[in-house]
Amino acid sequence: MIKIIVIFGGVMGSLAYLTWVERKVMARVQMRPGPTRVGPYGLLQPIADGLKFLFKEDVIPTNANRFLYIAAPVVSLIPALLSFSVIPFGPWLQVTDLSVGLLFIFAVTSLGVYGIALGGWASNSKYPLMGAMRSSAQMISYELSLTLSVVGVLMIANTLSLNQLVLSQRNTWLGFLPRWNIFVQPVAFLVYVVSAIAETNRLPFDLAESEQELVAGWHTEYSSLKFAMFMLAEYANMVTVSALATIMFLGGWSGPVFGPGWMQAVLPTIWFILKIFVFIFFYVLLRSTIPRFRYDQLMKFGWKVLLPLSLANIVATSFIVAIS
Amino acid sequence: MIQLLFFFFAAVVVGAAINVLVQRHVLYSALSLILMLTAMSVLFILLRADFLAVINVIVYAGAIMVLFIFVIMLLNLPQDEDGADRLRWLKFLGIPLGLFFLFLVGATVWNVEPASAQAQLVGSPQAIGQSLFTEYLLPFEATSLLILIALIGAVIFAKKDL
Repeated sequence: MIKIIVIFGGVMGSLAYLTWVERKVMARVQMRPGPTRVGPYGLLQPIADGLKFLFKEDVIPTNANRFLYIAAPVVSLIPALLSFSVIPFGPWLQVTDLSVGLLFIFAVTSLGVYGIALGGWASNSKYPLMGAMRSSAQMISYELSLTLSVVGVLMIANTLSLNQLVLSQRNTWLGFLPRWNIFVQPVAFLVYVVSAIAETNRLPFDLAESEQELVAGWHTEYSSLKFAMFMLAEYANMVTVSALATIMFLGGWSGPVFGPGWMQAVLPTIWFILKIFVFIFFYVLLRSTIPRFRYDQLMKFGWKVLLPLSLANIVATSFIVAIS
Repeated sequence: MIQLLFFFFAAVVVGAAINVLVQRHVLYSALSLILMLTAMSVLFILLRADFLAVINVIVYAGAIMVLFIFVIMLLNLPQDEDGADRLRWLKFLGIPLGLFFLFLVGATVWNVEPASAQAQLVGSPQAIGQSLFTEYLLPFEATSLLILIALIGAVIFAKKDL
């Protein structure tokens, strides 16, 4: 129970501060100061934003389908938060260690697309509908390569439990180089990272909300707390895919552990969070530097490059596993 | 506790399944089907078939139903489409087939043995992989072939000029 409270509180708090990180990093890349007014370095900005969302008028369009319109943000947020229940934040900090933990996360995140699709459809308006259609097509396409890219890792680690995956990467080569799967499965890592960005609807793959064409895509009609829930779900998904990448390719919470007892308990979690942060930082850098794909390019890239690549990786890996 | 959960989710499954049939709007039917599949997965978990539960959600609720919803939104079907008239003769086929299906389900339920303590071992990914590639290799390959044929058929339908 305490674990649930710690993880839930920590995740919600850090999700709020991710908006600050994103705005600050993006601003610095583009040579702007970013938020500075609310608190030192604008550190209270997320709280101000949260209050603003709370007090804004909650608009429901006249022609919208009321039930689905209200349900959509909930449908997108619940799966996004559900996946945190199996992620091992440290040797002891995990709510449950399912034997099929990895598949559980894929199952839950694959349900998240309904929030976007329904939100776009229920708004009963052109741009949201187009955004929703784009996003559902995109998410089905990239989910394939996302799921297939990790098969190689699973064949080597021989388990589906996230904790076991971390434990399988604990050894070192030559005494200092960690035996992380990123060195064993570089192709899988590349495919995973690219399709994860597409799966979370982030730039350069954010065709679902591309501002220049679709106003704001599927959440054009949403305001106040419902909009905040969509945003929260997007950031939560970002953290989930980064955490999965860390667990599968960067050794999860493993890292040098030293010092007194309390530090030994806390350090793995700190390593884990730092590794996740590397991915988040990368995401934000991508967003602030790379222009958006065109829609047909996106589909071609997913089906003609990433999917064959991940299939080839599976074949190659299974040969190597069978020989050794 | 487990029984309480079972009855709750069993009720959700049955209610959602009925809702699929009685809804006039196609989208609501599809959504009820998703709800039913998800609740069914919970029942699988209660039976300790974790792998099956998760695969059920990934394949059906997460992929196939997204396609359904996608098509419904793309075509933007009218509120109440009455296509049932053309298919009236189907009931002469449907009723015997339905009865046959009930008979099959009844026969299966009658003959099945209560789950033993080994149920957990049977439902694990390793056990399923083992039995798929040894004991049930032929059905497995036949299914793969069937899916491949369907795939090729879909491509041919989609591209008239190959």
